[in-house]
Amino acid sequence: MEVKIVVPHMGESIVEGTILKWLKRPGDRVERDESVVEIGSDKIDVEVPAPARGTLKEILAQEGATVAVGNAVALLEAEDAAPARPKVEVPPEPVAAEEGEAKQGEIPPRGRRRITPVVAKLAERHGVDLDQIEGTGLGGRVTKKDVLPYLEGRRPTQEAPEPKRKEETLPTPTPPAAVPSEEEPVEVIPVTAMRKAIAEHLVRSKQTAPHVTTVAEVDMTRLVNFREKHKAEFERQEGISLTYMPFFVMACIRTLKEFPFLNASMEEERILLKRYYHIGVAVALEEGLVVPVIRHADRLDIRGLAHAIHDLAERARTKKLASDDLKGGTFSITNPGALGAVLSTPIINYPQAAILGVEAIRKTPVVRDDQIAIRHMMYLCLSYDHRIVDGATAVQFNQRVRRILENPLELIL
Amino acid sequence: MREITYLEAIREAMLEEMERDESVFVLGEDVGAYGGAFQATKGLYEKFGEARVLDTPIAESCIVGVAIGAALVGYRPIAEMQFADFISCGFDQIVNQAATLRYRTGGRVAVPLVIRAPSGGGVHGGLYHSQNPEAWFVHRPGLKVVAPATPYDAKGLLKASIRDNNPVIYFEHKGLYRRAKGPVSDEDYSVPIGKAEVKREGTDLTLVTYSAMLFPCLAAAETMDKEGVEVEVIDLRSLAPLDWEVVFQSVRKTSKLLIVHEDNRTCGVGAEIAARVAEEAFDDLDGPVMRVTYPDTHHPFSPPLEEFCLPNEEKIVEALRRLAAY
Repeated sequence: MEVKIVVPHMGESIVEGTILKWLKRPGDRVERDESVVEIGSDKIDVEVPAPARGTLKEILAQEGATVAVGNAVALLEAEDAAPARPKVEVPPEPVAAEEGEAKQGEIPPRGRRRITPVVAKLAERHGVDLDQIEGTGLGGRVTKKDVLPYLEGRRPTQEAPEPKRKEETLPTPTPPAAVPSEEEPVEVIPVTAMRKAIAEHLVRSKQTAPHVTTVAEVDMTRLVNFREKHKAEFERQEGISLTYMPFFVMACIRTLKEFPFLNASMEEERILLKRYYHIGVAVALEEGLVVPVIRHADRLDIRGLAHAIHDLAERARTKKLASDDLKGGTFSITNPGALGAVLSTPIINYPQAAILGVEAIRKTPVVRDDQIAIRHMMYLCLSYDHRIVDGATAVQFNQRVRRILENPLELIL
Repeated sequence: MREITYLEAIREAMLEEMERDESVFVLGEDVGAYGGAFQATKGLYEKFGEARVLDTPIAESCIVGVAIGAALVGYRPIAEMQFADFISCGFDQIVNQAATLRYRTGGRVAVPLVIRAPSGGGVHGGLYHSQNPEAWFVHRPGLKVVAPATPYDAKGLLKASIRDNNPVIYFEHKGLYRRAKGPVSDEDYSVPIGKAEVKREGTDLTLVTYSAMLFPCLAAAETMDKEGVEVEVIDLRSLAPLDWEVVFQSVRKTSKLLIVHEDNRTCGVGAEIAARVAEEAFDDLDGPVMRVTYPDTHHPFSPPLEEFCLPNEEKIVEALRRLAAY
């Protein structure tokens, strides 16, 4: 018997629909409730089901045509004697007692595989093409338990096949993480909060301040001799060893007073010249570098500086620094020479304007009065923020520090 | 270790805490000379006298109100509801007074109160002697809610509840009183509130439950084991606060979750667990979160009808099979 397939009622105020796509062709067999045609309106799109089982006989409206609600778009040759009335007719197969059960027992249609979140995550993370895995779940679904043995079985060095859908779904795929192999072992270290802070601080400094490093060569012989002469007694009196650092700090402060732009910082449109001298001294620890600050270092003499430096370094090593100890520096000194470095390009302890790297003191043949002499030589490496400090100023500063260190008696005044 | 019943464990906890701390006392309907409807307080009246084992009128709002007042002035009352079904008569005192006093006073007062509520069906008690009203109280901020399944946990959790400075609703399952028997330490111990326990380890499926449902769940897990499916059984023990860490950890391992409780389905504890898992462990799921619960209806008096409604081993196994096959 012939049955009409009509444009269904699609809601209030919708009077006509447009044929979007025919899902069946004339001559195709259709089941009852199987979708036959997609019809669109300005509000919604619907798939129109077959009112009965049978064969599609004739299409009355082609794709793109607009048809009024209730008008026929196709004719169906129904197999049943009477057109099915859905509410009354007994379903072809008895539905299981619980509706939920029936739904869960439903087999996913071919070609549209059901993928659960965990399987999607595993596939994404390991670059697995799920089509290559045989699913053992309901309706052939690929389960987590199917993916895990597959991943274990895959050779670690094997190139991860790119998932087919990736291009469609992820416009900017992140590169797959390196897969560790026996030949190329990788140890993964989670970044500590301290390491993260160091990283952020250094990146900001390098990105904000244009760095230039100028190097001066210092003849340290007098200071070396002076220290050799006094260090034993100093240690006996003070209980701490006499290092070169107090001399470096004092020499820098003397010079900073003459060159205030190196004891400064830049904020937007302003340059702030600091009329106080909080000197940061870098201390290398196993877990990272810290730069505790000697506050008002200009008020201390050599002994006072030696104690202040010793105290900060000690507290840094025993993790007893207060957060105030690390704040407010106006200029910093770092000492890679202690570990044997002869030359370095330190990164400024931003927002300070400059940092001085003091290098290893080495006996070196140098020319003195047209003769070759053996002297204790050292490089001073000054990195400065070129926005605040001009090259000439920086070179003059470094040379002034050099002269003070070469004539340590100047420190007395 | 000696074995005692769930009921004996509850009685021991009260007796020991009353011996340990003079501020602990018991009140409720017929808890005195009669020893309580279920004999939970049997012997306490003889031992501690009428000043510490108080018979009250048949008025739950009065029992809870008196207990709150006593708690505010420094006592540690244990209020017995004869049946959890009647706790609703004291509901306002619990949710509007006990639950809010600490908040209302800016933390200046505490309400160290325990309300013991015999709950649960399967005892052919009909609709007023079978209810599981725990979800109402889990929903309300300011209350702690516990529901032990074993004698060991029953004693340890009751002690922890008595010592806690907040109102605790202690749901004890009537069906377990004499049926559940198990090892209980002679020594003084308590079970911390807010800590779940993995009662059986497994790698394929997570089964979260509490109170009397623990036992059919363990039996179902045993059956599944024979079918090659390893089910991890988590006994929540505390419902508020709930031990999310243990639940998430297990779900991340197994990727499949079934929740079983004797309370109704809609807005039960299982609904909250399903929602939280969907929110926070979505990426780890390899199947739908499923529930086996009492249907949204009352407890029929007819034993076959009640049997039909109650979750049991068979229903749990059926759900586990479906989830395992998914």
